[in-house]
Amino acid sequence: MRRYFLKKISIYLLTFWVAVTIDWGIPRLMPGDPLQVFLLKFQAQPDAQKYLQAYFYKAFGFNQPLWKQYLYYWDGIFHWNLGVSMFYYPTPVATVIGQHIFYTMGLLVPAIVCAYFVGNRLGAMAARRKVLDNSILPASYLISGTPYQWFAMLLAFFLGALWHLLPESNAFAFGTTPVWTWTFIGNFLEHWILPFLSLFFIMLGGWAIGMRNLIIYELESDYAHWLQMLGSPARLVRRYAYRNAVLPQLTGLALALGTFVAGQIVTEVVFNYQGVGLLFFNAITNSDIFLMQGAFLLVIIGVLVANFAIDIVYVLVDPRTRVSMMGAEG
Amino acid sequence: MTDADAPAGSMKPGSGTAPAGSGPPPVLVHGTAPDPDGMAAQPDAGTESVASVSSPLPGAPKRHRHEFLYFAIRNKKLLVGISVVGFFVLVAIFGPWLTSYAPLATGNTGWHPPSGRHWLGTTYFDEDVFSQVVYGIRASFEVGVLGGCFSVLLGMLIGFTAGYRGGWMDEILNLVTNVVIVIPLFAMLLIIGGYLHQLSLLWEAALIGMFSWPWAARAIRAQTFTLKNREFVGLARLSGESSSKIIWREIAPNMSSYLMLTFILLFGGAILTASFIDFVGLGPQGVVTLGTMMNNAFFWDALDLHIWWWFLPPGAIITCIVGGLYLTNAGLDEVFNPKLRSL
Repeated sequence: MRRYFLKKISIYLLTFWVAVTIDWGIPRLMPGDPLQVFLLKFQAQPDAQKYLQAYFYKAFGFNQPLWKQYLYYWDGIFHWNLGVSMFYYPTPVATVIGQHIFYTMGLLVPAIVCAYFVGNRLGAMAARRKVLDNSILPASYLISGTPYQWFAMLLAFFLGALWHLLPESNAFAFGTTPVWTWTFIGNFLEHWILPFLSLFFIMLGGWAIGMRNLIIYELESDYAHWLQMLGSPARLVRRYAYRNAVLPQLTGLALALGTFVAGQIVTEVVFNYQGVGLLFFNAITNSDIFLMQGAFLLVIIGVLVANFAIDIVYVLVDPRTRVSMMGAEG
Repeated sequence: MTDADAPAGSMKPGSGTAPAGSGPPPVLVHGTAPDPDGMAAQPDAGTESVASVSSPLPGAPKRHRHEFLYFAIRNKKLLVGISVVGFFVLVAIFGPWLTSYAPLATGNTGWHPPSGRHWLGTTYFDEDVFSQVVYGIRASFEVGVLGGCFSVLLGMLIGFTAGYRGGWMDEILNLVTNVVIVIPLFAMLLIIGGYLHQLSLLWEAALIGMFSWPWAARAIRAQTFTLKNREFVGLARLSGESSSKIIWREIAPNMSSYLMLTFILLFGGAILTASFIDFVGLGPQGVVTLGTMMNNAFFWDALDLHIWWWFLPPGAIITCIVGGLYLTNAGLDEVFNPKLRSL
């Protein structure tokens, strides 16, 4: 058990190191001046421009040798000091991200969890049942081919722009401030529904397909045939099949996280929902490199933590891994 | 022993992918990540025992091919999937002859709903939506095929090398795979695209390929592991063939069907990922893609102006193409994998 987790953790640490190095290296190794767009904001005399450039190069530490910059970068990460946003200058990146992360988590976590359970249920229901299989399966294939941003636009158009049922953009009404009052919470929830539905729905398809195939496979296995021969009710056999099929689906959850991140980002853009995804997008449009770095770092940390959490759940859910790992250790 | 003695169909494509040795098709999870060996969260010690592939039957390859055809033309999933994808391939090839408008030629009268003159209406800038869609489908297929090829080739290179060489080479490649598989593809592309400001079609495909190979490599590695200990591979080794020749002549043909399925999934995934990149505005400039159409429609307020014919078609077409590809994949899997046929 300890060896298993040590191995996992060391891979995640290595991944973190690689990601941070990429995050640090890209603006410095890519052609072009990372501060160019930022400096363009200051329309000034040529002399003043030069002075400003020198000033900001020093302020952002670009005049140091590369290895020093790298060490400073790591130092900054450990102190959660990710530099200063250029767009929201002089607000620190960490503060800007901190203001947005709640909205992303409030959307992403419920969407993933709900889609996982509902999708698995749907898939399990569809397996080996003609009518359900012929309706749920084709729908699932279409859903899993649907671009997130397009479905989000459909919802925003029909339920928002056309029929005015629900607000189609922002996380809360313009002019309100986020405080813990019932009116604000109601307002927030109203704005939450559409982006949530959009994410939830698109995430559904993959689970349904995966679970359906796994259940069919389980129903073909010896223990299922044995149970049937003993005369067990079909419901019981299916319950066993479901429990066995849940494990590979958990692995699938870890593998699908990257796609969910992508879906979350484009969905936030469509609904102008002020989470980290929208922040990432705005940072790119504004060439705000420190904010970009910070947002990327946050995404990486989030994915690594989620992966680790899934590893733990996997071991808790599957008694076989526990036993075999104890056995392997002697 | 020659290739003919190890018939291409003797290995069941899905059989190496399930925990117990044979079973379901590569589980399709959200378009990009079919669970390759169901093992990602388990210790690696299990991987070797995973793919216990049944030994090749000494049957004549010709009969196998007939058998595949027999099941292929009776498989509804495969037929529907192939006809949907085939339809859009035809549109991409012949579409430009059906339209008399250049995709980016602007008019000056604002947007118009669909009509006899403009089959799918015109955009905010009075561009013909139908001709944009036609050229967009072309671009989508280009990105999909190129991106799919890049990642399959990378996955094969890494999977074959790791699986066949084993030892420290395997350890290192496995580590690289495990690292890349965790880093979210889209975040990576965003941060690279963010500095390059825009990506050409080729770069877009290359970058997608560069970061979407890991699960393919993992699955190919597992399959290679089981194949390399077979007799015919041992014979080839005894006869002094070089490793690369053994991999290409003896091992790869035995998982050709599996490689094809992998390519189709990566193909669809690449189209979807490219549509995300294009939608956030990092896609190729001066070229119409289905993703940039959605980008333009969204950021020029098509939603509030109710220009639904601008953003509905591109997304619907992506949905059909990618959904069709996944369906084709599932159908082919059933054709190649006798265990799934009885359904």
